[in-house]
Amino acid sequence: MKILVPVKRVVDFNVKVRVKADQSGIELANVKMSINPFDEIAVEEAVRLKEKNVAQEVVAVTLGPQACTDTLRTAMAIGADRAIHVVTDSELQPLGVAKALQKIAEKEKPDLIIMGKQAIDDDCNQTGQMLAALLNWPQGTFASKLEPGSGTVKVAREVDGGLETLELKLPAVITTDLRLNEPRYASLPNIMKAKKKPIESIAPDALGVDLRPRLKTQKVVEPPKRKAGIKVPDVATLVDKLKNEAKVI
Amino acid sequence: MPALVIAEHDHKTIKPATLNTVTAAAKLGQPVTVLVAGTNCEGAAKAAAAIAGVAEVLQADDAAYEHFLAENLAALVVKVGKGYSHILTPATSIGKNFMPRVAALLDVAQISDIIGIDNDYTFQRPIYAGNAIATVMSEDKIKVITVRMTSFDAAKATGGNAPIKKIDGAGDSGLSKFVGQELSKSERPELTAARVIVSGGRALGSGEEFKKLLEPLADKLHAAIGASRAAVDAGYVPNDYQVGQTGKVVAPDLYIAIGISGAIQHLAGMKDSKVIVAINKDAEAPIFQIADYGLVGDLFTLVPELTKAIA
Repeated sequence: MKILVPVKRVVDFNVKVRVKADQSGIELANVKMSINPFDEIAVEEAVRLKEKNVAQEVVAVTLGPQACTDTLRTAMAIGADRAIHVVTDSELQPLGVAKALQKIAEKEKPDLIIMGKQAIDDDCNQTGQMLAALLNWPQGTFASKLEPGSGTVKVAREVDGGLETLELKLPAVITTDLRLNEPRYASLPNIMKAKKKPIESIAPDALGVDLRPRLKTQKVVEPPKRKAGIKVPDVATLVDKLKNEAKVI
Repeated sequence: MPALVIAEHDHKTIKPATLNTVTAAAKLGQPVTVLVAGTNCEGAAKAAAAIAGVAEVLQADDAAYEHFLAENLAALVVKVGKGYSHILTPATSIGKNFMPRVAALLDVAQISDIIGIDNDYTFQRPIYAGNAIATVMSEDKIKVITVRMTSFDAAKATGGNAPIKKIDGAGDSGLSKFVGQELSKSERPELTAARVIVSGGRALGSGEEFKKLLEPLADKLHAAIGASRAAVDAGYVPNDYQVGQTGKVVAPDLYIAIGISGAIQHLAGMKDSKVIVAINKDAEAPIFQIADYGLVGDLFTLVPELTKAIA
């Protein structure tokens, strides 16, 4: 089995983001960037399937500026075998990314595509589903457990009421939820090894797809601030405030 | 052109999130059609027809929609949706699953999780776990939208009398199959629709303590029970309790956060609650920066005391 893992470079989850003064977006200068946490889970899952001899090859892929090479190296330090980088400085949105990934999937012919359910920057939660639709493949979104069989994969999904299990025909697209696995820390030897693994660079034009953003961002602002309230000394005061001031109990 | 709302339902009746989505659709100034795709879903179709402000209900009754598989549902919505200016559905686990497939097949962008509508092509949506709000404009012919239910009032469930039109399904893709489900059973209100939520974090220490401390308080307040990601990851409660950026987004009248420090990702899911109470032993915990009432101390003493003090 061959597994393709799309990854995205995003602002690190620990960074407190700041809105730019001109409301054009988020301040990204000198901000720590990392692999999207859900994508890291996707890489880990693919590598575990390789370690169990279910998969033979794991290929990481990304779209974005030159700096995204770091993200691909992170994926290869976890255990991906090689990487593909569609190099572009243009703004990317889910539909364009899904179209580019479709072309790459048609060329690479993976049995599974495993990717994060959403990126923690735009919080769109779209690309995996869009890619599955464009390929006319089934999808197992928000996965918390994967069991590949012969020609099929069973996937347990985190849904609003609990868990749901589906069986999908391969090839299929899986998007990861938080509890699918806990990604390993890449060891130093593996980080060194990842530096020697191949990255294939592709120009977006070579894919022949329309990557132009469809949505125009007019402005980005801070959410209305909630002001901190008061500390109450004891339970009796709290109950009194809830009853007589907030009137919620 | 009218707007199309894809209803969330359990075949017999309409889920509350559909009501909020109808309100969002009505703001676009066009007649609202509701599509009910299900199996033996007469009941849900009738409930949809009774929603105030709905002009027409389309009922697609087919075994292919019993479990709302994304492949089947998307194929139907694409077939039906071409005659509409907007297609909307709640941003729930079902809506988030099938809707991007619809957008891709129509070759349009999806506008995820909208919290505001400026006009029929400009929308507000949270990004970076709600730490910023983006205003985005779509020039696509059909706007495909998922709606954050806590940002729109519920439409009245009664008073409407829309005609119900039966339509054909779009078949079974054969790509995916439902195997089974483990749903949490509870007599409590649904987390996303509850007026009061009692929510616990890792500081509760174990699943037993979580249950022992939070359930009596929730019983007294007729509250739903939620949890932080840390509490879910630690196995105290199942995944569907999780409130936050990647869990459920809630906005009850009263949210009581117990032993929750207040990671950005958790705040993203509950900071629109009307009144927030935080109980935590760490006076510097970030949760106190957004809490209306904070109580610093040992939750193992304070929570039973609070339960007792509430009549």
